[in-house]
Amino acid sequence: MGSGLKTFESDVLVLGGGPAGTWAAYTAASQGVKVVLADKGYCGSSGATAASGTNLWHVRSEPARREASIRRFLSRGNGLANRRWLEILYDHTKMGTEQLIELGYPFPLDEHGRPISRNLQGPEYMRLMRKTVRKAGVVILDHSPALKLITGERGVSGAAGVNLETGEEWSVHAKAVIIATGGCAFLSRALGCNVLTGDGYLMAAEAGAVLSGMEFSNIYGFSTEFSSCTKNFLYHWATFYREDNSVITNTDKRALAIEMQRAPVYARIDKASDAIQVAMRRSQPNFFLSFDRLGKDPFRERFPITLRLEGTVRGTGGINLVDDTCATNVPGLYAAGDAATREFVAGATTGGGHINASWAICSGRISGSAAADYALGTEAAAMRTQLHFRFTERHSAGKPARSMDMPSIVKSIQEEVIPYDKNLFRTETSMRASLARLNDLWKTIRLNEHDPNDVRALVRSREAASMIATARWMYTSALERKESRGMHQHDDYPAQDNGALYRVLISGVDSIRTQREPQSGGPDRS
Amino acid sequence: MIKYLSEDRCIQCNLCVKVCPTSVFDKVADHFPTISRQEDCQTCFLCEAYCPVDALYVSPMLDNTNEPLTVTPEESAMLGSYRQAIGWGKGRSSTASLDMTHILRDLVEDDAGPRS
Ligand SMILES: Cc1cc2nc3c(=O)[nH]c(=O)nc-3n(C[C@H](O)[C@H](O)[C@H](O)COP(=O)(O)OP(=O)(O)OC[C@H]3O[C@@H](n4cnc5c(N)ncnc54)[C@H](O)[C@@H]3O)c2cc1C
Ligand code: SF4
Ligand code: SF4
Repeated sequence: MGSGLKTFESDVLVLGGGPAGTWAAYTAASQGVKVVLADKGYCGSSGATAASGTNLWHVRSEPARREASIRRFLSRGNGLANRRWLEILYDHTKMGTEQLIELGYPFPLDEHGRPISRNLQGPEYMRLMRKTVRKAGVVILDHSPALKLITGERGVSGAAGVNLETGEEWSVHAKAVIIATGGCAFLSRALGCNVLTGDGYLMAAEAGAVLSGMEFSNIYGFSTEFSSCTKNFLYHWATFYREDNSVITNTDKRALAIEMQRAPVYARIDKASDAIQVAMRRSQPNFFLSFDRLGKDPFRERFPITLRLEGTVRGTGGINLVDDTCATNVPGLYAAGDAATREFVAGATTGGGHINASWAICSGRISGSAAADYALGTEAAAMRTQLHFRFTERHSAGKPARSMDMPSIVKSIQEEVIPYDKNLFRTETSMRASLARLNDLWKTIRLNEHDPNDVRALVRSREAASMIATARWMYTSALERKESRGMHQHDDYPAQDNGALYRVLISGVDSIRTQREPQSGGPDRS
Repeated sequence: MIKYLSEDRCIQCNLCVKVCPTSVFDKVADHFPTISRQEDCQTCFLCEAYCPVDALYVSPMLDNTNEPLTVTPEESAMLGSYRQAIGWGKGRSSTASLDMTHILRDLVEDDAGPRS
């Protein structure tokens, strides 16, 4: 790579500057440690939240309400959600939103002038988080994707990547690293998700981290066919139509997907009263922006819709956590937000809707605090062993091969993960066939050689590798789960197996290993 | 997909270069930025939100790489409409304080999510 190397030293390094990463960085810095945050895009506008907006768990002060709410979530989590984590989530959502009020987020007010902290507008929220993180003294590296963790005898000791603007490499040597790089939506063009290619999963797994729940990564969101606006919420007020204007009465996503495989499906938001229409416009400005710009009225005219794969972004799989500090099994490595598994709080159902956004706050706060403590208890000397790590030195060791056509590789990956008949309707035969093709793609991408002066090509290649790895973990875990549960609908095993409750843990990049971790779950598990 | 950068309006502040999550623009010394990688645009409208002079237009269409990088008179009239909708810019206040999502949520879900 042409233009040199920038090195940094810090106590805590945060990878990813969405909600999870900014909460982690802010919390760690507030504990007085030195923090560097690197984002692939721009901390403040990048990621799934910044482009849209998110609902939060509706938390209240009354203990009875807290208990009732936690119980409902336990029963919705398909036996995999866990009471202890839900309690932590509830309380951190509450503390986090109180902090947001203090930080000046302009929540709407109720009739008594009290803030209603139940929803966050993405651009506003993330602009505030960037400002907050900077004020706390965090060094932010924008347009700086991390590509690899630095590991030493004592676990993880930093990360290395490139700066897309300058073409330089960077490396940060840190005592603790938090992965908050978001999920993987396979470049399906879901809103704000093009930066989310599962990079953190691959970096963590290469360092020996275990992932879990990767079978729960096949969430599809409603989207207008022509745009990226993947928003599910407003479709509560929609009617779905076939080409001939007949109404589709079964609006289950799988039923709609079957319709879509045959012919175009349309929606019209025609169940919203005038008052609700006003509320909708105020709540989701960018949903309506698209229609306004095309001169279309979604309340009166039908428009073509599709289901766009959101992968683990609204799914629940990710890096496994070994305790309630968001630590992974690798010393010094923590995970937060969509990069971490959300099975403990959402089980096998979607984390979208409001769990994930609350989880980003909660896991960000917890991991930031724990990583700061870990850094304070770790000696810097031990970390110096690997100083002068350079990304290219590690990677140019492989034998040069031809440079690959990345768009066609990405297309090949998408052909295995996006089609409904492969990923929404899963069967043993089709998953095995996809896995075989993905294994071949993995071998191919491992040989990819790019122009050493082209950092963008390097990043594209790592993104493709991350997506292939994610897809392989997804189908390998899905094959291991011989039942249907939540979003994992296995058409060879259509029933939920209530006799066997387990999580599927998975690890390894070249050769992949799975392990079932028995769970003693159930709604009243304590 | 990003469709237009008004050379007349642009004050060369390079904010769009900075905030675009997928690095679509390139900075050019003493010049307005170029739309260098239109195909990487993820249609998130955030460059528009940050542009202080409403010089950018993002088409809601996902694929418009073969359209010319200009705007129609109708589109030109909508320059800055996203910034206005979210209440960003001088003399405006954030419309986040007018958010009514909670009212909509109460109509369709309980404490644990969608009512079925
Ligand atoms: C349209 C949409 C609507 C949603 N609505 C809701 C909702 O109402 N309620 C809810 O609970 N959830 C919702 N979700 C999910 C929610 O947005 C995510 O759970 C949340 O954004 C996760 O936060 P995060 O910080 O983990 O990841 P993100 O917000 O995705 O941020 C990840 C960050 O990591 C950066 N990054 C990626 N790779 C690298 C790398 N290699 N190096 C450095 N940085 C990297 C990215 O640039 C990005 O800034 C929605 C998702 C979508 C797509
Ligand atoms: S943000 Fe607007 S004014 Fe600033 S450089 Fe970009 S187009 Fe020009
Ligand atoms: S719409 Fe988003 S991705 Fe496209 S140019 Fe603007 S900021 Fe970049």
